[in-house]
Amino acid sequence: MSIIIVEDKCVGCGLCIKSCPYDAIKRVDGKVRITDDCRMCGVCLPVCPVDAIERVGKEERVGDLSEYRGVLVFGEQRNSRISPVVYELIGKGRELADKIGEELECVVLGEDVTEEAENLINYGVDKVYVYDDPSLAVFREDPYVDIIVDLLRKIKPNIFLLGATAIGRSIAPRIASRIKTGLTADCTELDIDPETGLLLQTRPAFGGNVMATIICPRSRPQMATVRYKVMKRAERRPGYKGEVVKMRFDPEEVRDRVEVLEISDIGEGGPSITEADIIVSGGRGLGGPEGFKIIRELADLLGGAVGASRAAVDEGWIAYPHQIGLSGRTVRPKIYIACGISGSVQHLAGMKGSEFIIAINKDPSAPILKIADMGLVGDLYEVIPKLIDRIRRLKKG
Amino acid sequence: MHGCGLKIIVCVKQVPATTEVEIDSERGTLIREGVESTINPFDLYAVEEAVRLKERYGGEITAISMGPPQAESSLREALAMGCDRAVLLTDKVFAGADTLATAYTLACGIRKIGTYDIIICGLKTTDGDTGQVGPGLAEELGIPHVSYVRRIHLFMDGQIVLERTLDDVYEKVRVHMPCLITVTKEINEPRLPSLKRKLWARKAQIKILRAEDLGGEADRFGLNGSPTRVVKVFNPPPRLGGRLIKGEPDMLADEILKKLVELNVL
Repeated sequence: MSIIIVEDKCVGCGLCIKSCPYDAIKRVDGKVRITDDCRMCGVCLPVCPVDAIERVGKEERVGDLSEYRGVLVFGEQRNSRISPVVYELIGKGRELADKIGEELECVVLGEDVTEEAENLINYGVDKVYVYDDPSLAVFREDPYVDIIVDLLRKIKPNIFLLGATAIGRSIAPRIASRIKTGLTADCTELDIDPETGLLLQTRPAFGGNVMATIICPRSRPQMATVRYKVMKRAERRPGYKGEVVKMRFDPEEVRDRVEVLEISDIGEGGPSITEADIIVSGGRGLGGPEGFKIIRELADLLGGAVGASRAAVDEGWIAYPHQIGLSGRTVRPKIYIACGISGSVQHLAGMKGSEFIIAINKDPSAPILKIADMGLVGDLYEVIPKLIDRIRRLKKG
Repeated sequence: MHGCGLKIIVCVKQVPATTEVEIDSERGTLIREGVESTINPFDLYAVEEAVRLKERYGGEITAISMGPPQAESSLREALAMGCDRAVLLTDKVFAGADTLATAYTLACGIRKIGTYDIIICGLKTTDGDTGQVGPGLAEELGIPHVSYVRRIHLFMDGQIVLERTLDDVYEKVRVHMPCLITVTKEINEPRLPSLKRKLWARKAQIKILRAEDLGGEADRFGLNGSPTRVVKVFNPPPRLGGRLIKGEPDMLADEILKKLVELNVL
């Protein structure tokens, strides 16, 4: 298949040159030509005012896509508790399903999860598939992938959404590879193209410096992992009519090649860094590991989690799971308090999605002060203890 | 392990040396001119871990990459760090590959390399940022994978014990080889190559494999084998900061407190 310009029709206006996302249309000797850089995305086709651009050659294998219907959400759970991101996916999934006039479905795997799964109906889910089995108590990629692929082949959803959690990001590529469909990672926006009905999947790349909108036009389901704390959580809809389908699987048909020997908590109590509404973060400006004592103290007082810049982690002041940024975690809390963090591009990539950013830094030219909603020029060792005092006094009333 | 040590494969990718990529606002394309390339920083941890495994258990490391001909410079970086040989999958038809086609193409290349015990990948790349190719590659090869590995404990009787980070928990797992792992930056501190190895790597021969060398289904390579299409790229609107406050520590503490109360935190 290729895209060509019909020379007789072309008036040389050049509108297609501007439209090409790949810079693949050039003017050569006064004639507009499509170069080898063309990726056949088709963006130029509707742009041409004289319909001189055509798609030619054999169409790629496209099965009957109309039999794929419904939006399926992966109901990730830990310790038999549905993960918060699932409610966000249900909120967005409901919106997408309504736009295409299809049903919203959910799949839950685990042990003792039926009650939690049934409860999802109260958030506007039409059908919940539950695999409740003792062998699924602990997450392992192999059985999860085998069971979900089997379900996808049976129910043929149009769209399949997973949270961009460690689990979601580990199984989604295997599932997509096995059924040979497209997968978009870490989406921050999802919508339906009103003309084509396709899922428009928008995601950051290059550490958030570039946004890309991606489609999956010729295979199903259209799969995406979705970043948590971006989509609005579904609201409770008591009395919503939905159906729970108890599913079974044959353990003989399911592979299980990775054995989990031990599970231990990373956290030191308090909310986890990915779920916390408030994060207090420390950087090089702390000057040493003891600096994290007051960071922790403030975080505890606010019911938040402790974050760190790469500099602080590289110095060995705090463990890597606390690292926020391009090579650490991406967070989107309601409030992010950056203490002694200058704000490298890499760090900003991991936290600039926060709702409100408070930054304190000695150096008035620190980049973080340029993006902070509230930037304070000062010594954190003078300001934070005073702030802690004030919060304590306020709490005592 | 077969007495002769471990057969290790490391996947590397060449990426732009900066993430500060500008978009030509008129065309909506990435501005690539003048942007230097480098080995994906996350892959350095994968290469380093491979070299450490070889140092401990003996064996041989093959670095593999898919990309344009100039991606060989990233493979030379991997060779300089301690890989023994390098394979570059390069062909016009590989261009435009999304993660599915990339995983498929790498799988074809790895089958050509021969048997292996373990494949090591970086967590993700700094350009695409997806982290999908590692698990996808394991699926194409039909082997198990363990993602987010932060420590390799031991090898025994064809099995390997690993520690991984799964969001808020650490997990210790055991898996049979051959397998694929993706590693986090916690796992090691990548070395700087010695001058001697750098000089060697500069002249080392890199094996080139093209589509016709790989076999496989031609329509699964590159753009043809990619179910996803990018329809739009744009720079997100910059985040604009608020006011800058200077003053005495007491005043600054008051300001933060006032804001926290206003935001309903207290």
